[in-house]
Formats: sequence, structure tokens, C-alpha cells
Amino acid sequence: MTPGVTEISREIYGLHMEIFWICVIIAVIVFGAMIYSIVTYRKSKGAVADVTLVHNTTVELIWTAVPVAILVFMAIPAAKTLVKIEDNTKTDLSIKVTGFQWGWQYDYLDSGVAYFSRLDRQSDTARHLLSGIDPNSVDHYLLNVDKPLVVPVDSKVRLLITGADVIHSWWVPAFGVKKDAIPGFVNEAWFKVDTDKPGVYRGQCAELCGRDHGFMPIVVDVRSKEDFQAWLKQKAEEQKQAAAPAEASSATPTAATASTQSNAGTT
Amino acid sequence: MAEPHAHAAEHADSDHKPHGWRRWVYATNHKDIGTMYLIFACTMFFIGGAMAMVIRLELFKPGMQFVDPQFFNSMTTMHALMMIFGAVMPAWTGLANWMIPLQVGAPDMALPRLNNFSFWILPFAFFLLLSSLFVPGGAPAGGWTMYPPLVLQNGASFPMLIFSIHLMGVSSILGAINVVVTIMNLRAPGMTLLRMPLFVWTWLITAYLLIAVMPVLAGAVTMLLTDHFFGTTFFTAAGGGDPVMFQHIFWFFGHPEVYILILPAFGIVSEIIPTFSRKPLFGYEAMVYATASIAFLSFIVWAHHMFTVGMPLAAELFFMLSTMLIAIPTGVKVFNWTTTMFRGSLTFEPPMLFALAFLFLFSIGGFSGLMLAIVPADYQYQDTYFVVAHFHYVLVPGAIFGIMAGVYYWLPKWVGHMYDMTLAKWHFWLSTIFVNVLFFPQHFLGLAGMPRRIPDYAVQFTDWNMVSSIGGFGFGLAQLLFPYLIWKCVKSGQRVTSNKIWEGAHGLEWELPSPAPYHSWHEPPSDAVIARGAFH
Repeated sequence: MTPGVTEISREIYGLHMEIFWICVIIAVIVFGAMIYSIVTYRKSKGAVADVTLVHNTTVELIWTAVPVAILVFMAIPAAKTLVKIEDNTKTDLSIKVTGFQWGWQYDYLDSGVAYFSRLDRQSDTARHLLSGIDPNSVDHYLLNVDKPLVVPVDSKVRLLITGADVIHSWWVPAFGVKKDAIPGFVNEAWFKVDTDKPGVYRGQCAELCGRDHGFMPIVVDVRSKEDFQAWLKQKAEEQKQAAAPAEASSATPTAATASTQSNAGTT
Repeated sequence: MAEPHAHAAEHADSDHKPHGWRRWVYATNHKDIGTMYLIFACTMFFIGGAMAMVIRLELFKPGMQFVDPQFFNSMTTMHALMMIFGAVMPAWTGLANWMIPLQVGAPDMALPRLNNFSFWILPFAFFLLLSSLFVPGGAPAGGWTMYPPLVLQNGASFPMLIFSIHLMGVSSILGAINVVVTIMNLRAPGMTLLRMPLFVWTWLITAYLLIAVMPVLAGAVTMLLTDHFFGTTFFTAAGGGDPVMFQHIFWFFGHPEVYILILPAFGIVSEIIPTFSRKPLFGYEAMVYATASIAFLSFIVWAHHMFTVGMPLAAELFFMLSTMLIAIPTGVKVFNWTTTMFRGSLTFEPPMLFALAFLFLFSIGGFSGLMLAIVPADYQYQDTYFVVAHFHYVLVPGAIFGIMAGVYYWLPKWVGHMYDMTLAKWHFWLSTIFVNVLFFPQHFLGLAGMPRRIPDYAVQFTDWNMVSSIGGFGFGLAQLLFPYLIWKCVKSGQRVTSNKIWEGAHGLEWELPSPAPYHSWHEPPSDAVIARGAFH
């Protein structure tokens, strides 16, 4: 695990390391006692069993109480971090994330920008059975998409996560965010990337979602606030232009298709 | 099995059994049924193991080399179902059948015909499940957890999955009822509850867990069935249902289920460590109460399997704290086992070796379990190889090593022959080394960000996957020694003459001749014999 690029991910990393070292210390003591007993009290070394050692209330109370104290010590910082993670208020930007078989759809709720994000073409070609392409030669094999999610640094980005067909899970380790995308539910999650950490961060779907579960990566392109605004504006512009001629010319063909279909239905 | 003349000499009335196939198909003898359960479990262990080999083969290096992703998903799903319901659970029931009557001084299980029925359901259940590999659309591929809506996308295999789960559930419930009734009603006079061996105690508690939760699983999968075929929408959001409700119901079964898989191993280890330490178990009563506490807690921690599903803060805190509590009774157990060895007189025969590996490696699984309880950290671990490493540490060197320890402990009592010690030690060392090569690197993979249940991975995960696969192949091959060793022991093992095969062994099973006669404890053991066996 890495500390990541958000305050939350660093706190999670800190918790992880703290519990890890507590476990290591307990392991050294307990495994030490086991190894000591195994080495010292061998019959082959003439050890004679002390059959009276069957019960000791003091010792048993101690080894019940001490773990309780350790657990409380671990639970308090964990609860604090959890409370922070669950604070979904005061966000700067809301993006709806929809998992589908097999990719992600991103909707920038305030600006109307929306697009799909799928495994990039190069990985998609290489991943087929006996494709003959060495995965090592592919740029970010299985962790690259055609259109990444673009977000600004130093902004509390709120994700509204849902699923279109089956359950998926949106996970970017560097942000410390993993949340299930469930049909019929809208889950909330948020992240705020450090000002000095723009860059590209990668993750994957983390809930089995069918045949191509292993092939629906997540890529987040974190840009400076100015760059992000420029990108958003340009994207909104592009989308408007792409939609306009389509709308103008779509009226008749759609009607025509509809009538063809209804004809087909009656015949 | 054993030579008939030995039976005839020891128990003139005990030779009364049908011969040929009738002995097995019409079996009502707890030893015969126990043997069939164990052979069945071993067979399923190798079929499930072969599926694991396919998984490790495909994951040996990045890129898809051998199988289609859909078939890969079938393999992960079927591997889990085979190992949980086909290998571990029947193995425990087999050991319960063999040992509980011997250990409580009963002539047989309380309900012998039910016993026959609960075993013979299983081959049909698994025939149904395995034949789904050959139907259009392939075997179930939605994970053994069967989460909707994904599971509803399975093709013809879907109803086969549901019905095989129903059959397994019926078999488990009947087996559990039999265990409870036997322990409650057939104990020899003087065998008070707090004189019972811990294997009997842990199985009693396991049986209650089974009776409590298998119907819950049956209900959950029945709702899936009606959602798929009869237009109900229990779990379909479009009809007002709730896909997350399935997860709550499933894990209300699923968490007690993991203790169903491990509690009998606690019992076996609690018998083996005192035997080979030549010292009574430290804190017998604490062990009983710790087991009961674990069983109770198992009903209130289920949602820790689904922290990322989006629960209210209060629920997440509750399930985090209740999960952490499990560390306390589990810790008590580990400390008691360690103290049992302290100031003992230890020898290291194969059952003890497996019990010691259990002690160390199950503890590692316990530590990673504690880490997984911490909700914020779990957000990073959930559905990664870290979880895969965790539950394999508690199930392979935990449950499976517990079963192997039990078989190595009691096999000479069953067949009246000693097995090849050298070969058994080879089996132990190869298994222990390779199980770590196999599963330890998966912790690293998970922490580095590799999700579970993926057939192909980004190239930075290559090295540890290769190591893990090599460990997997080594572990798989080493297991072939096990049936060979048992076959060799039955055929040509050295005859054991004493009742008490292990110097430090205590308990009623060691008061009977070896091999244990076909019908045993016709006359309940005397109070003195029971007291001698209750070594605590």
C-alpha cells in the first residue's frame, strides 16, 4: 500500500501501518513463546511435563484484558478517520459514476459533460486469448482507458456512484476510495487531491461483475484548477457541437425508423 | 478395511454387517458412514484443487494463455463451492461420525438412517453441481457468494446451482441434528458436558451454528430462484427489491459458516497439543467458553464482509467493533494452546506437526483478519488479494491442516495400522513450505492493488503471481502423497497392538482396541474409565 495523494489516503495508510506493527509486535511475543516452548520442552531433551499447570486465573485475566486495551487503542483512531471519510458535505464538484458491463460512465452534474470510459484499444487487443502480444510491451497494460476521468486538484470531488446492470466497485488506491456501484442505489464518496499532486492515478473495478471484470480499469487525470476549468469548458463546447447537428437531423430519421419498426411489427 | 478375524476375536457379536455394495449403500454404522464422508471429502478436495491449479496456471503470467475469462470465473466460483461444501464440511462430518460416538461412549450415532440419508444426498448434490460445467453457458461464474444481479446472468447452470445448494444444505442440517442428538442423548453415564473432549464440544457448537444458518442460506437462494423464474423482485431494484439485502442475508449465513469450517479444527488441535505435550490442556473451561463466545459473536459481525457497500456510519462502527471483539476469545485460545506446550514434554509426530503449523499459520490469518476489521483500512483491502491471502491462511493451514492433523492422529485407531512416518513428515514439510510460498505473496499483491477474481493482471504484479503459482503447484503435488499414504497404511501399514497409540493420549477412543471394533461401546464405559479419559 502507498500513502496516496489525499489526506484520507494518508490517514488510512497510517492506520494500516499502525495495525501492522501492532500485529508484528504481538506476533513476535506469541510466536516467541511458542518457539521457546517447542525448543525448550522437548521430551528428547529430557523435559518432564508439569501436569499441574492447567489453570491460572491471574494470567488468564491478563491475557483477556490486555487485548481489550490494545483493541480500544486501535479502534479510536480508526473511528476518527471513518467519521472524516463519511463526511460528504461541502463539496466543490459532483460527478455521477455509473458502472456498467464493462466500463464506467462519468456525468459532470453541474456542466452536463458526460462520457464513457473503457479499457484502451491497445490493452483490449493484447488481452485476448493467445493474442501473441506481450503484455509487457503494452503501455499500462489493463490499467489504461480511452477517456480518463478529469478532476481538479485541491477540490472536494463528490462521486455519486451507481450501477447500470450488476454490482461494480469504483476503486482508486491512491485516493483511498472504494465504493460499490449498485443498481438502484446511489452511493456517495469523495476525495480531495493535494495541491502539489496533479497527475494520472489508476485503479480497477473491485467487485466481480462478469466475464470482463478484470478489464474495466479506472484512470483519473488530476489537473490544476485552471487546466481543469479549461478542459471542462472545451468538453462542454465539443459536446454541444456534437449534439446540435445530430438533433437537427435526427428528427426525420428517428420518425422514419419508428414507422419502419411499427410496419415491421404489423406485418 | 481391517482384517475380519481381528473383529471376530475381540467382539464376537460385531461381525454383523452386510457385505459388498450393500454395506455402503445401506450403511447405518457410524464408522462406515464416517469413512464414506472422508473419502468423498478427499475426492472433492482433489477436484476443487484441480480447479485451483487452473486458476494458478492462468495467473502464472500476464496475458490470457489458457482459458476464457468466463471459464476462469467459473473456476473461482466452483473451486470455492467444492472446497467449502464438498471438501471441508463433509470432512468434518466424517470425523464427527467416526469420533463422537467413540469419544462420548455411545454405540453409534443417535439417528443411523438419517445419517445414511445425509451422506447419500451429497454425491447427488455434487453430481448436479459438477455437471453444470457441461451445460450451455458453462458452470456458475458469479462467485460462490452468488450476489445478484450478477448470479441471475448465469445460464442453464443457475437452477442447478440453486438446487445443489439446497441439497448440500439439507445434508448439513441433517448431519448437524444427528450430532446434537447424539451428544445430548447418547453420552455414557458420567460423561458430563464439562468432561467432554474439546472436539465434541466444538462440534456441538458447530452443529448449532449449522442448524441456525443453513436455512438462512436456503431462503436466500430460494429467493434468487423465484426472482429468476417466477417474477419476484426480492433483489431486483427495478421491481422495488434490494440487491444489498441479499448480501446481508448471505453473510448472516456466511460468517457463522466460516466458524463452521474452523471450530472443529480448534477442537482437534485442543486434543493433539495436550497429547504430544503429555500435559492436560491449559484452561479447558476457558476453551469451551471461548468457543461459545466466538459462535455468539459470529452472528453479529456479518456486515464486515461488505463495508464498501455503503452503510450508515453507525452500522460501520458497530460491525468494526463487534468484529474486533472476536480477537479476544480467539486470542485466549491461542494463548491456552501455547501454555499447554509450556513446561510440557514435547514430541513431534505428524499430528503434532500439523497442529503446530495450524497454530502459527492460523494466527497469521488472525492478524490479517484483525487488520481487515479496521473499516478505513478495509476500504483498501476489500476485494483484493489481501483478502484472498487472509481467508486462505485460515482455511488451508487452518481448516485443512486441522483435518489432516485429525486424520494422522486417529488413522491408526481406525485401521489398526501405523502409517509411514517418514512419508507423513515429507507430506507435512512440503505442505507447510509450499502453502506459505503460495499464499504469503498474495498479501503483497493485495496491498499493491491487485483485485481478486481477475483472470489477467497489470504487469507489475507478475513476479509475486509467479511465486504464488509455483507454491500452488508444489502444494497441489504434495497433496498426492496423502491418499497414497493412507492407501499404503490400510494395505500394508505396520500392525498397532496397543489401545493407546500415542503415549500421551487421553480420552475414550484410546480405551478401545485398535482398530476400533465395528460396534463399540455396547456397554457404556465405567465412570473410572471416563474419569481417566477426561484429562483436565
